[in-house]
Amino acid sequence: MSQSEPTIHRPGWRFPLEIRLEPRGAAPPWLGWAVTLGAVIVGLLLGAVVLSAAGGDPWRSYAYMVKAAFGEVGVISDTLVKATPLILLASGLCLAFTMKLWNIGAEGQFFLGAFGASAVVLTPMLPPETSPWLMIPAVIAMGMLAGSLWGFLPGYLKAKFNVNEIITTLMLNYVAVNWNNFFIFAVWTEGGFQMSRRFPQTAWLPRLTDYAAQYPQLRGLTLHLGLLIAIVAAVVMWWVIYRSRWGYEVRLTGDNPRAARYAGINIARNTVLVLMVSGALAGLAGVSEIAGVVHRLQGAISPGYGFSAIIVAWLAKLNPLAVIPVSILFGALIQAGREIQPSGVPKMLQGIILVCLIASDLLMHYRVRIVRRSQEG
Amino acid sequence: MDAIIILQAGMATGTILLFATVGEILSERAGVLNLGVEGMMLIGAMSAMSTVVATGSPWLALLVAMLAAGLLSQVHAIITIRFRADQVVSGLALNFAGVGLSLVLGEGLSKAGALALLPTYTVPLLSQIPVLGPILFTRQSVMVYIGYLLIPAAWTFINRTRPGMHLRAIGEFPAAADALGINVNALRHVYVFVGGALAGLAGATISLAVSPGWFSELTTSGYGWIAIGLVIFAQWDPVRAALGSYAFGALRRLILDIQGPTTILTFRNPFYYLPYWGFFLEMLPYLFTVFVLVIGSREAMRKRLGSPSALGIPYVRGERGL
Repeated sequence: MSQSEPTIHRPGWRFPLEIRLEPRGAAPPWLGWAVTLGAVIVGLLLGAVVLSAAGGDPWRSYAYMVKAAFGEVGVISDTLVKATPLILLASGLCLAFTMKLWNIGAEGQFFLGAFGASAVVLTPMLPPETSPWLMIPAVIAMGMLAGSLWGFLPGYLKAKFNVNEIITTLMLNYVAVNWNNFFIFAVWTEGGFQMSRRFPQTAWLPRLTDYAAQYPQLRGLTLHLGLLIAIVAAVVMWWVIYRSRWGYEVRLTGDNPRAARYAGINIARNTVLVLMVSGALAGLAGVSEIAGVVHRLQGAISPGYGFSAIIVAWLAKLNPLAVIPVSILFGALIQAGREIQPSGVPKMLQGIILVCLIASDLLMHYRVRIVRRSQEG
Repeated sequence: MDAIIILQAGMATGTILLFATVGEILSERAGVLNLGVEGMMLIGAMSAMSTVVATGSPWLALLVAMLAAGLLSQVHAIITIRFRADQVVSGLALNFAGVGLSLVLGEGLSKAGALALLPTYTVPLLSQIPVLGPILFTRQSVMVYIGYLLIPAAWTFINRTRPGMHLRAIGEFPAAADALGINVNALRHVYVFVGGALAGLAGATISLAVSPGWFSELTTSGYGWIAIGLVIFAQWDPVRAALGSYAFGALRRLILDIQGPTTILTFRNPFYYLPYWGFFLEMLPYLFTVFVLVIGSREAMRKRLGSPSALGIPYVRGERGL
């Protein structure tokens, strides 16, 4: 199928060169990552332009951010702590986006996961002296259940009434925040403060610093078991999407829903399941944050992890294995961004990088040619 | 709690949604889905505030807000129309970029203090109509009246004028429009711009009229997304969009106002004595959006009408059936 367009003669002078897009076949595998890297660099350059327009010194800011995220062992540990929820969230989003289900509600599913985990500890469903070997799996299970419920609602509405999942998942984010706030302010508040009491140690995910007695060099390192869980989850999701039969159904439905329907795939059921799995992983991220870092339920538990994860998943080309390194980079951005002014910088950089990334996708599908305009017509 | 006061304030809140929804309708009617409404609204709200701080002129601020958001929308237009990228993903990206840009460029605006705001007017004669007069025409911001004019203007433009016919053609059957000599992609750029400018106007309506000031992301608090939901409810019709927007505005105001008085209809007001139950009230607009979407989607399925046929599909001459 040729892209050359018949030129219709219109009076008047026209620019003698034109840009033409010619579809290319399969792009070489290195091109994808080269283009991605290029897009990130262009994004950082554009971000620098905005920063200097806003009166800052972009290069000093960038250098400072690298130092604040990777400068020493302690901050590397903090960066990995920030990367942990991103890995979990983005792995789940990879599955949903592969089926072209635009789950924008990971943030709310994350909050519900934190709620589910807190319910086990604070209701309390299990007494505080329960063995961690029972407590932690219970906390994880409840968090994933709550997250998957938050994915089930939009999935069911999409499958049953064809309701746009972008809006429903997003609206449920706001509902989730208010839901948590009710429990934080009214039910589990500790002495009128806007936070619950601290979880008992039995519900904490083990941290490196907990082993400082045997290994003094680990003192102060906040890295917790969640990272290991996240990496395992990412590998499992990679297997599910790219090696399992169900993953094949999901990929086929995403590429060509009509073919999937003819192949007898139950799209409605998969819609619900995919959003539930995606929600469960987001819930697990909430558990990991609450049981690994904060150790209590409070309002400010996410600097927008659920939204950053969308960009992470896209940068990783919906491959959960690639999600791991990309999450570490974004964890660095979030970690460094906490100390940088103006406070919107990490959000802005994420947004601009994503715009560049999507614009650069063009280079994957088309060859860009600058050609002399044909004069006939 | 006075129903008339709530409805009156609800019209102002609804006007925000009206601008954003009508803008998105125009863009989608042209075949381009733009999910970046929230980001464009924030850019509009932020640049309007900045302009007022710098010049003191709210009218200039409106213009700047529309231009800034319109310009941002062209990023989406170029990526989807020229680069043929997926409109969903590009719109999400635009949203993130808009939010981030407005946070960085709006740094410090929240301390701006007292500002020149848009004027309010009471329409003589019309404001004397019982019930409707006080609600619609008394001490309303000038933006509300602009909203009243926009509804019939948008409807007439889309359904009764030649450019409106071209607009519908490029969204429903771009190949036929092209054959008639309409420049499909150039016109799509124009309508994405108009959609962006109206989103910017919606943002400026917040920061200069309805709840004056700059509160970073909380300025829009999801209005942009609600507007996208309302487009589906409205079935791409500006009049239905207006009904939805005003109903929403009233609901929003009701939720704010219901927490004030100690008694409602002689009963003890539970939201006053147990203020934390207000969090459930705060959920209502978002749950209501989901509800409204379910209604809109079911209706669309039943009547087999729905989105413009070419929505989401880039137009390339000689390619595909559309």
